[in-house]
Amino acid sequence: MSPDMLFNLLWKAMGQTLQMVGIAGILGSLIGLPIGVFLATSGRGELFPAPMANRIIGLVVNAARSTPFIILVVAIIPFTRFVTGTSIGTYAAIVPLTIATIPFFARLVESAIREIDKGLIEAARAMGATPFQIVWKVLLPEARPSLVLGLTMTLVSLIGFSAMVGAVGGGGLGDLGIRYGYQRFMPDVMLTVVVVLIVLVQAVQSAGDVLARRFDKRNRKT
Amino acid sequence: MVAFEAVTKRFGGSGGQPGFTALDGIDFSVPRGAITGIIGRSGAGKSTLIRLVNGLERVSSGRVLVDGVEVGGLSETALRDLRRRVGMIFQHFNLLSSRTAFDNVALPLEIAGLDARAIREKVAPLLDLVGLGDKANSYPSELSGGQKQRVGIARALATSPKLLLSDEATSALDPETTHSILELLKRINAELGLTVLLITHEMEVVKTIATDVAVIDRGRIVEAGRTFDIFTMPRHETTRALLSSSLGVKLPEWVRSGLQPQPLAGGRVMVRLIFFGETAFQPLTARLVSEIGPGVNIMAGTIDEIAGEPFGSLVVSYASDPAVLERAARFYAETGLTTEVLGYVA
Repeated sequence: MSPDMLFNLLWKAMGQTLQMVGIAGILGSLIGLPIGVFLATSGRGELFPAPMANRIIGLVVNAARSTPFIILVVAIIPFTRFVTGTSIGTYAAIVPLTIATIPFFARLVESAIREIDKGLIEAARAMGATPFQIVWKVLLPEARPSLVLGLTMTLVSLIGFSAMVGAVGGGGLGDLGIRYGYQRFMPDVMLTVVVVLIVLVQAVQSAGDVLARRFDKRNRKT
Repeated sequence: MVAFEAVTKRFGGSGGQPGFTALDGIDFSVPRGAITGIIGRSGAGKSTLIRLVNGLERVSSGRVLVDGVEVGGLSETALRDLRRRVGMIFQHFNLLSSRTAFDNVALPLEIAGLDARAIREKVAPLLDLVGLGDKANSYPSELSGGQKQRVGIARALATSPKLLLSDEATSALDPETTHSILELLKRINAELGLTVLLITHEMEVVKTIATDVAVIDRGRIVEAGRTFDIFTMPRHETTRALLSSSLGVKLPEWVRSGLQPQPLAGGRVMVRLIFFGETAFQPLTARLVSEIGPGVNIMAGTIDEIAGEPFGSLVVSYASDPAVLERAARFYAETGLTTEVLGYVA
């Protein structure tokens, strides 16, 4: 394959990957964030006590997380078709990616919030804060460094997941690697795809680390 | 200001199980404008007690009144309103690590819905009041323990409360820092007329700033009154136990191990003399020796200050001989010294 062709293929696949990961990442974390907050604050005696709802949502989240992604992709094809009008292509692939992101990120949000010292919640209550004020002014700002790291981890796994949606014609880098590198036995394509993925993951991780460190005021020294 | 009426608090316990009784029939009131200390060992129930005042915990039975309003009868909204009028400081400061000192002090004002300008006008003078005017933009991780507690105090004062609750506020600080924080609390109490209710396990804290004290043990208040009275004349054994670790009335081990409850033939008696009020200012030691005789031996002694008043304690021994004992008794009666026989030695 000529370098030009390879470049074009890579460029297109990269665009699809970024599109899928970007949209699914944004939608999934926007939906996952409130679910994670709810999971972290709805236990018995917590801010929004609803132990029953907490257990049910916890079960659903676990179920979604234990389903292998490739099975999730095919299992929700009717839902995908309902949402996007088709079951194949990049847009169709965004649906299962988003669905997989929600519980993943929700659990990371939950643990980030549970890490916060209970004393801060007590102090905010003693100031007369409402439960919503506590979430908005105490829990989310205090959890921000962990949330950023959680989001980074989510995006990295999304990049991994996106390699599998070739199964429904989603395209992207992983699909390129399978179709050209493996099925047509073109090791140079395979190698290039892997290198590009490594660079992509590395870039996301480094950006997340830098951002998290900037938000983290816990270990500043004068 | 705050009144506890037959307050009981139980934790856990369901399906006929009694659970754990943290507070058992507390009757106690906190005078307005004073600094009142509640002292007890860990697990005595003092944390629970202070949390009943701003409704962080609810009573199982009985009533807690703050400024005449029953806390237990308030709705969530009314309770939040009350909390905005009651400041609270904590052992581990509980500052938000993501906010600067300024923004931490601003938090209760944001919660109360003040706009940015009103907040700026309130926060700056508060930071000055606690001596941190130059640390407004520092994050808690850049501050020392004492400075963090000062931010905590400024934050507690932000909504101009009439009552300040202090939950072991100095227990995580070293003695010197403790002292400066206590001085700050004392000053705030005097300047702002703020009522302070503090809980602690450190006698030192109560001795330094509290005018009134209650001793709590296993969920009950065993002794309460003016700090000076309680400290100089402790009646309950818990008070004595807590006191002995603080006041300089500890006997050297070699003396204490030899003490006997009964007089020994030809032995000596060991007596503790307590000086306070009038007697603290008189040159009694010299007279003691001349009245009782040259056989008086000084074993231990200290002079201390409790709630601003001098308090001395002197342990002496002399022959437990009828003639000597009679002279001593006459001397004590004449001078009004308070004495306590500790025991007898050979």
